[in-house]
Amino acid sequence: MKRSYIIGLALAAAVGAGTANAQELTGTLKNIKETGTITLGHRDSSIPFSYLDDNQKPIGYAMDICMKIVDAVKKELKLDKLEVKLNPVTSATRIPLMANGTIDLECGSTTNNAERQKQVWFTNTHFLTASRYVSKKASKIEKIDDLKGKSVVSTAGTTNIKQLTEANAARNLNINIIPAKDHAEAFLMVETDRAVAFVMDDILLSSLVAGSKAPGDYVISKDAFSKPEPYGIMLRKDDAAFKKVVDAATAAVYTGGEGQKIYDKWFTQKIPPKGLNLATPISPELKNEFAKPSDSPDPDSYK
Amino acid sequence: MNYNWNWGIFFEPNPMGTGTYLDMLLSGLWLTIRTALLAWIIALVCGSIVGVLRTLPSKTAQWIGFLYVEFFRNMPLLVQLFLWFFVLPELLPRAAGLWLKQLPNAPFWTAAIGVGLFMSARVAVQLGAGIASLPRGQKQAATALGLTTGQTYRYVLLPLAFRIILPPLTSEFLNTIKNTAVAITIGLIELTGQARSMQEFSFQVFEAFTAATVIYLLINIVVVTGMRFLERRVAIPGYISGK
Amino acid sequence: MFSTLDFDVIRRSLGYLFYEGMTFTLTLTALSAFGGLVFGTLIALMRLSGYGLLGRIAGLYVDFMRSLPLVLVIFWFYFLVPYIGQWLTGASRPIKVGAFSSSLITFIMFEAAYFSEIMRAGIQSISKGQPAAANALGMTYSQTMRYVVLPQAFRNMLPVLLTQTIVLFQDTSLVYVLSITDFLGAASKVAQRDGRLVEMYLFAAVVYFTISCIASWGVRRLQARISIVR
Repeated sequence: MKRSYIIGLALAAAVGAGTANAQELTGTLKNIKETGTITLGHRDSSIPFSYLDDNQKPIGYAMDICMKIVDAVKKELKLDKLEVKLNPVTSATRIPLMANGTIDLECGSTTNNAERQKQVWFTNTHFLTASRYVSKKASKIEKIDDLKGKSVVSTAGTTNIKQLTEANAARNLNINIIPAKDHAEAFLMVETDRAVAFVMDDILLSSLVAGSKAPGDYVISKDAFSKPEPYGIMLRKDDAAFKKVVDAATAAVYTGGEGQKIYDKWFTQKIPPKGLNLATPISPELKNEFAKPSDSPDPDSYK
Repeated sequence: MNYNWNWGIFFEPNPMGTGTYLDMLLSGLWLTIRTALLAWIIALVCGSIVGVLRTLPSKTAQWIGFLYVEFFRNMPLLVQLFLWFFVLPELLPRAAGLWLKQLPNAPFWTAAIGVGLFMSARVAVQLGAGIASLPRGQKQAATALGLTTGQTYRYVLLPLAFRIILPPLTSEFLNTIKNTAVAITIGLIELTGQARSMQEFSFQVFEAFTAATVIYLLINIVVVTGMRFLERRVAIPGYISGK
Repeated sequence: MFSTLDFDVIRRSLGYLFYEGMTFTLTLTALSAFGGLVFGTLIALMRLSGYGLLGRIAGLYVDFMRSLPLVLVIFWFYFLVPYIGQWLTGASRPIKVGAFSSSLITFIMFEAAYFSEIMRAGIQSISKGQPAAANALGMTYSQTMRYVVLPQAFRNMLPVLLTQTIVLFQDTSLVYVLSITDFLGAASKVAQRDGRLVEMYLFAAVVYFTISCIASWGVRRLQARISIVR
């Protein structure tokens, strides 16, 4: 699995170097230039990465980074105007919609792993998070084994539901796994006692809890289903010229200190629509990664 | 087309630890069948009662039948499922709502009942039309023989009407099977749901949906063939469909 | 929870629900009904054309579409349409198809199967003497269809076609599975953001119910009027 990634990178480097100076544009870049539009895939409730504000407009940390990429693409293609179209995606639709050309960049909370690299590519990592679960304090679920025989929800199409499914099989937990369409729906299942727990990336869980009606009622597990895994902005596979532009844009944002500013805006200050403050300062691992941007899917490479 | 075809995927193990991806789809098929059968029983029972109500001489009965049909026909099935699944438990007393939500197979029961009631309105309309299409003489003859209204329906009208509406009922049964797919929105992992999870786990979108499509076509062929056979068996001599 | 219902959330989101959500739903319904009728009529004509192969293809298409759940077809088309576009235009990459166009194509293709059956019944209900008379007047096949058969078939079947359109209106809510903002999608986005499922879904149910009821009442009146004329 690691190998395919290295081959990918090598290809990216080789092909990218070839087309950078060439007149002929290919793939996504060509498409953007011809149509004057770029389509961003966004989420409904991946707070604070990509979610809908009070006016139902998508905003968030990943959206801000994507807008930086859009600026860089605009400059690269020497366009006066670049129209940004927005297309809602769910965890279940994002990968097929990337592959079939509906969206050009997916700005959200997508885990970059070796398996997904067979279908799509990712630019430099913008966050690291582990898979945990949230439950009501009253239900006293203290470790993963306490989930035995219970109904547990997770979002369809995520790495989390896959990890939960695998853990369920490996440990014989006999959990009744309910797939939900998006994170907000899944959290509501816990809030309304349809499921005892919701398995998801811990950062998304804490923002859902913080935004809920009674944040004090919930607890996020210490047990994790995975190591901290990288989030990346997704782009189409085998499009090295586009990846080169996107990688350069994100690298410039992260190393230039702008990344830290955008991070602070969404994670340490009040964010719309309700004025929550997630109070999650940047982790040393992510700080390291910002200094040396990487698109590796391997969690261990971020230590 | 930059898509990695992999038709061998069906024989690779699924992450649930329940065998291969094909086993996953087949377990979805089994759930589709169970949900559809239970929904169909509910649709037939409720639909027959309401269908009869619509043809009774009593104005009140007709009115109740009319309201029932309008209620279930004028709301999208998806919205009806949401009402049963998300809204109903919150409107009940807390303990009852909690019990309902923590039923181990809540999506299955909700789907079967929701789809069943939705389809019952259509069955009622078909049956009402079937009864109305019978010659008036049938009912008059029954009355003349001294049969009560209940007996008239039980021994004369219903046996004839059901045989006449068998073809439209076949397509309503097929609709019931198809409509169970809407229940993926409340977490029922039936055939379409399993195809979707297979796509999510394996990323093989088109293989997964092709398999589900083929299975639905097979279900259709089996049901249609079975019902044709039944139609011939119960056809009424003297009618167009009878020989 | 009943005591804590907050129906004000509906008032606050009315603009979004109707301006964005209902506009999407109604536009999609109207365009799909029109497209489905045109395409469905073509299929019906193919089936009745008397050319064996053409009729068989049309028949297979109708049976195929009618065997599949709409949810599955919606998934299929959302993922497949860009590739079909690529294949049709010979482009090097899949064609970009937005959420609305993709849903529109899905519903036209799906509903065409149902509309074609209605139109077929409508065409068959017209007595053989009419096309024969048109033929005798020297009309071509397409003239006969355009000026004699189809207008009557359409008029006779209008109530059934409209009823099918009401079903279509309700079925468009299934684009919910793709997170598209139709009326139900808008309601569910507000519901999930504010944790107000009960209020929003009840409201959505009332709106769909009211619109469908008024529409079916209109169809019944129309039916009564048409049946008097005949």
